[in-house]
Amino acid sequence: MSQTDAAAGGEPEGAAATASDLLLARVVREESGRIVGALSVSLGSLDVAEEAVADAVVEALREWRARGVPPNPGAWLTTAARHNALDRLRREARYRDKLALLAESFRPDPAAAGEADERLPLLFGCCHPALSADAQLALTLRAVCGLTTAQIARATITPEATVAQRIVRAKRKIGTAGIPLRIPEGPERVDRLDLVLTVVSVMYSEAHLVAGGDADADRDLAEDALWLAQVVADALPRDAEALGLLALLQFHRAREPARAIDGDLVLLGEQDRARWDAALLAAARATLERAAVLRRPGRWQLHAAIAACHADAADAASTDWLQVLTLYDMLLAYDRSPIVRLNRAVALARVAGADAALAEVDALEPTLARYYLWHAVRAQLLRERGREPEALAADLRALELTANDAERRLIAARLEA
Amino acid sequence: MKYVIMFTSTPELDAAVPPERRQEVYGRIYEWFGEHAGQIDDSGAELHPVATATTVRHGSDGPVVVDGPFSEAKEVIGGFSVIDVADLDAAIALVKSWPSLEFPGVAVEIRPMVVDYSQFEQ
Repeated sequence: MSQTDAAAGGEPEGAAATASDLLLARVVREESGRIVGALSVSLGSLDVAEEAVADAVVEALREWRARGVPPNPGAWLTTAARHNALDRLRREARYRDKLALLAESFRPDPAAAGEADERLPLLFGCCHPALSADAQLALTLRAVCGLTTAQIARATITPEATVAQRIVRAKRKIGTAGIPLRIPEGPERVDRLDLVLTVVSVMYSEAHLVAGGDADADRDLAEDALWLAQVVADALPRDAEALGLLALLQFHRAREPARAIDGDLVLLGEQDRARWDAALLAAARATLERAAVLRRPGRWQLHAAIAACHADAADAASTDWLQVLTLYDMLLAYDRSPIVRLNRAVALARVAGADAALAEVDALEPTLARYYLWHAVRAQLLRERGREPEALAADLRALELTANDAERRLIAARLEA
Repeated sequence: MKYVIMFTSTPELDAAVPPERRQEVYGRIYEWFGEHAGQIDDSGAELHPVATATTVRHGSDGPVVVDGPFSEAKEVIGGFSVIDVADLDAAIALVKSWPSLEFPGVAVEIRPMVVDYSQFEQ
């Protein structure tokens, strides 16, 4: 996606400052993960490396905002990070024997051609199953994407102290428990790649789940996720699922311009499809085709194929719901989670009618009773069956359970209709 | 890296396992220690049932002796070993092959051992 796309969010004020922040974020994002990766390897400590780069990022944001981005920002960050690491090593006795290592061997060369992307082993380490899901996300955002703790806190609606603590604990655990920073081999590889892709996918959806935020306010995390999905797909071109997730996020991103109008959410069925980003949709289809050629099906490709069905329909009415339902049935073989079953029920309603779908949805009550979308989907189905009082009650419950302003307005608008 | 692996189980679920099956798995555990001898630093110990546990606990007027394990948890520790492997991934791969993991309620905790005491010196 182009820079103008990302900048077109229509920030109400300080547009120039925001654009330069966006540029800074991009430069930092492109360089910091590589430096953390290289520095971790030479020091044998993610903790020191990550801290040194994180401090360098904060310095860079301050410096560059005031004086502009230097001609070689990667070298600037590397030098600052190396300086910070040396400082930390000198301060702490247990690291003193590492000083010589840093002097001798730390020569990261981001431009080195033909070399494997050093961010991948780092990313796979950050997404280790021995770390909690929250820690995986926070550490990935900081170590791989170069977000500051404050940015992560804002983007995930978590107190800054909590984020800081999560990152510190995760880094300590990686060091103390001996979590290796590498792409695992053998049977573990598939599972770990799926965890990595899950973290990237959560990163994308977190951008839409900012409680109290407006639909336009939180674009950055989605862009970071899309960028990271691209990094993973470029580094692992033989992994169909990596391409599958990239395609999925490209489809979602392409629909973004129609998803929110003046901060209000618009449901897929009612979106103005002319606002969809046609170039990005084409890129998404091409990515999905590249995945299909590898003949290694998986859940991310199926999710992307479902998104492709929606993208292929000229309008909501011409959606091939039978195809969507078939894809959901295939998806169940990989992922029987209640959320997948809820989404399948929506397709089932279009193919087999609201009653069949309601039976499915009601069966999910034990696990999804506190999920606003379960109530929202149920309300819609009840309304189609003319059970208006129950539909109203379900919508009200959905309204109670959503923490997001834009989603709340959407349901409230439905209640007023 | 050295790790202590702690074998835990849930006594009420253990009781449901038929004795002949338990015997069969016991045989495989014996083989497991043989097969992985290269990664096992100290085979450790198997413990008598938790009903035999005695705990000495802090008390304001000095240590207090009580019957039972230290924790109220349903899971109890049945034994431990010390392994020496490259990293946590190697430890996890080894532990995943622990024969008793086919029984419900069985879990194995992996904890890195403190080996570098210099970190306490500053």
